[in-house]
Amino acid sequence: MARTILLRLLYALPIGLGVSLVCFMLVYIAPGDPLQTVLPPDANAEMIEIVKRAYGFDKPLPVQFVNWIWRAAHGDFGLSIATRRAVSLEVFGALANTLQLAVFAVPLSFLVGAGLGTAAACTPPGPVGRAMDRLVTGTAVMGVSVPNYWLGLVMVIVFAVELAWLPASGMGNNGSDNFSAFRADDLRYLVLPVFTLAMVPVGIIARTTRAAVLEVRGQDFVTTLRAKGLSEWQVVRHVLKNAAPGMLAVMGLQFGYLMGGSILVEPVFAWPGSGTLLGRAIVNRDVPVLQGAILVLALVFVTTNLVVDLLQAAIDPRVRRG
Amino acid sequence: MRMKHPDRGGPAQPMLIADGLKKHFAIAGGGAVRAVDGVSFAVAKGETIGIVGESGCGKSTLARLLLHLIRPDAGDLVFDGDKVGAPDGIDLGSLRRQAQMVFQDSASSLNPRMPVRDSVGFGPRVLGRTRAQAAAEADDTLRRVGLDPELFGPRYPHELSGGQKQRVNIARALALNPRLVILDEAVSALDKSVEAQVLNLLATLKRQLGLTYVFISHDLAVVQHVSDRVLVMYLGRVAESGPADQVFATPLHPYTRALLASRLSMDPEHRVEAAPITGDPPSPANPPSGCGFRTRCPHAEAVCAEHAPAAPTGQAHDAACHMLRAGSGHSAAHLLGAQAAA
Amino acid sequence: MSQALHLPAMAAPRPAPTPGYWSMVGRRLRRDPVTVIFCLLMLAIVLSAVCAPLISPFDPYKESVILRLKPFGFRGHWLGTDELGRDILARILYGGQTTLLMGICPVIAACLVGGSLGVLAGYAGGWVGTLIMRTMDVFYAFPSVLLAVAISGAMGGGMLNGMLALALVFVPAMCRVAETATTQVRNLDYVEAARATGAGHLMIVRHHLLGNVMAPVLVYASSLVSVSILLGSGLSFLGLGVRPPIPEWGLMLSTLRQSLYVQPWVCAVPGFAIFITSICFNLVSDGLRSAMDVRLK
Repeated sequence: MARTILLRLLYALPIGLGVSLVCFMLVYIAPGDPLQTVLPPDANAEMIEIVKRAYGFDKPLPVQFVNWIWRAAHGDFGLSIATRRAVSLEVFGALANTLQLAVFAVPLSFLVGAGLGTAAACTPPGPVGRAMDRLVTGTAVMGVSVPNYWLGLVMVIVFAVELAWLPASGMGNNGSDNFSAFRADDLRYLVLPVFTLAMVPVGIIARTTRAAVLEVRGQDFVTTLRAKGLSEWQVVRHVLKNAAPGMLAVMGLQFGYLMGGSILVEPVFAWPGSGTLLGRAIVNRDVPVLQGAILVLALVFVTTNLVVDLLQAAIDPRVRRG
Repeated sequence: MRMKHPDRGGPAQPMLIADGLKKHFAIAGGGAVRAVDGVSFAVAKGETIGIVGESGCGKSTLARLLLHLIRPDAGDLVFDGDKVGAPDGIDLGSLRRQAQMVFQDSASSLNPRMPVRDSVGFGPRVLGRTRAQAAAEADDTLRRVGLDPELFGPRYPHELSGGQKQRVNIARALALNPRLVILDEAVSALDKSVEAQVLNLLATLKRQLGLTYVFISHDLAVVQHVSDRVLVMYLGRVAESGPADQVFATPLHPYTRALLASRLSMDPEHRVEAAPITGDPPSPANPPSGCGFRTRCPHAEAVCAEHAPAAPTGQAHDAACHMLRAGSGHSAAHLLGAQAAA
Repeated sequence: MSQALHLPAMAAPRPAPTPGYWSMVGRRLRRDPVTVIFCLLMLAIVLSAVCAPLISPFDPYKESVILRLKPFGFRGHWLGTDELGRDILARILYGGQTTLLMGICPVIAACLVGGSLGVLAGYAGGWVGTLIMRTMDVFYAFPSVLLAVAISGAMGGGMLNGMLALALVFVPAMCRVAETATTQVRNLDYVEAARATGAGHLMIVRHHLLGNVMAPVLVYASSLVSVSILLGSGLSFLGLGVRPPIPEWGLMLSTLRQSLYVQPWVCAVPGFAIFITSICFNLVSDGLRSAMDVRLK
């Protein structure tokens, strides 16, 4: 087991390095000089030189990369061009806000999806069973096909514009820094974004769960369990334990989806998370924020996959061979 | 219409000579699997030589070495007097045109997305024929193996029975007009009745086309039925070789004796009760020192662990066993000397 | 010469000649009502986009100050008008062209590039294969939306950059599919038999590998089209794809958003178009995958 952990970690390191390289290079594939965003338009040659040296643009690329990585490892991503605040502050602050959504959205989508899938798999065959299967397949297809930002808009239309039950956007009345999920008033701002983010993966999770549970149920050891006299509920628990690794993999994937989805969904609700930050940084051509945000988000994704892999190895002995 | 390859050396020259072929496969963590460990033999023109042995003895690797599908680590191949791979010998391309292989019928012996005619015609296309020519030659070959090309040409492999697929495999090999055909477990996956049909077909084709066969199998009865000469392999080495009827009637090597004795008997008078060989075969990655069979041989002595007996050479019936080598140090060997002296 | 050998009768009686692989796929598709319906719908969408100039009731670029944000059916504007007074139905029809282009072109590009890289990696193996696949792994480590936004944002937006970014996002996945298919086939007996006939690498790849690799690649590509449509319009929604005043569904959604409180359901229309198109491509792709599965009988 320790060997598996070590191997997976060793494998993740070059990936992390490669990801950092890609983030770094992103700036250099941009048209135009990265300097232009920092300099005033009337800068003379001398000023250009000074700024160049200050930002380290005069050094060869590999050296710049190493410097950048070194500082990033210490949490220093430079200063945002737009706000002049430390990029790390902006990025981690925004990330925290996105996590507030994720903390609710992931369990919601997982519970609803897994519940639906298990129910569909355990319904006896017949008209009800078929209807459940259609429901699951239909939800899955719709979930995969719906543009999540549009879904958010429709949610806003239905619940904020037409019914006026929930606020359309923003993160609480008291500003994002004072937001607390424990206050009912602030909680109302969470509902629509969480629901929008959670709805898309529900279908996929439901479908995967149903397939996994069906497959496990069909196996011989389940018949043995029933023959031993276990109640149906206990059998279901055993089945779920076996189906867990596959479902875990899907959940890990959905977390990645959530991170990508937040980029598109947060602007709809003006939720000040990493998605909105990224969007703003792109519009402002705020290079340090761009680099920092993309790097952090990508590394979070890599880490999540690593954790999911290790959890799978812990639960499913067959995966352990490293 | 069809190119006949010239017979360069005349009937006396062996079709194929394998000289000291060796192939070791490295395994992760050091060590190597000695799949083929010094195999030498000659195949005369027009004969069928059977190579027999249990799984893991190196038969399939040997088959691929003979066609140079795998490169040997050591040893030479001489095809009709020309050394394979040497600048003054024969090159791989020419070898491939004169020697072909029929594979075991498995799920993947034929491309599932290619109709039979295209699979068989692929060989001629490699040789440069046009589509039409290749199709015509493919149809010709299909007829030879007893399949109606109108019916079977457009079929896909999953629509054929095992016997039919194996005929297609044979047709695929014959489409290039080879002189030597290596049959690697060619009938092992077939039902007995179908097997008989295919063996008959192979015999007929051999007569009609003047082919030379190397027949590899683990099935003793089949090998006895088809072969003129037999090679028995154990752990990558030749244990015994000689004319088929002699080897099967009076086996010399303890391994061959055990193999033959373990054949199930249909005769109620001679029931086979105890298993003649005990223990599992040793791993080819870690063979015993000296003679490979000594761990399971009832006649093993100290000398058997010290050095391996010389492999049989030549056409005569011989086995790689210290008991047959005068002066080897084995207690049974001095009997030979006594016999010779007497 | 070719005298037929008289051997004992074959096991099976002579059945009728069976059709080839693609006719079997076609037959299966025809018997699947869901796929057929949505395939027709998909064709209708594509056709309406292509024939937009012929069937569009109004000029998609014609603005009108007095006709802004009108509801459904107002004076012949079946789907209402947008914030600049342009007819939405017209913009949906023309927008279909752009959206579908952004959906299909990146996938085709990714098929060609990713597919070739995958076949190369799978067939050559060794350090070449490892190098290619590890590089792909690095790009695969990004969530797709993030990568698409990052690349397209770094390059400054615009339709071409958007398509390039999407193609880059899809190449690793396509490469993996092709590499897996190639490795599965590379070691099979019939490839070995082909090598035994003395065929060169290119011939083997062309005749034996490509056919078996194309099927999974095609199936995967068809499922990617809907993702590409979603991502492409998503990029435009964020302001990174197509630029105004070109009609494109994601962009329309973004500009109409400000007017959500005035004509809420009119503003939702472009997204609905994206949704329906995406469903069609998804269901057709699912149907295609089932039909092409050689194992199902």
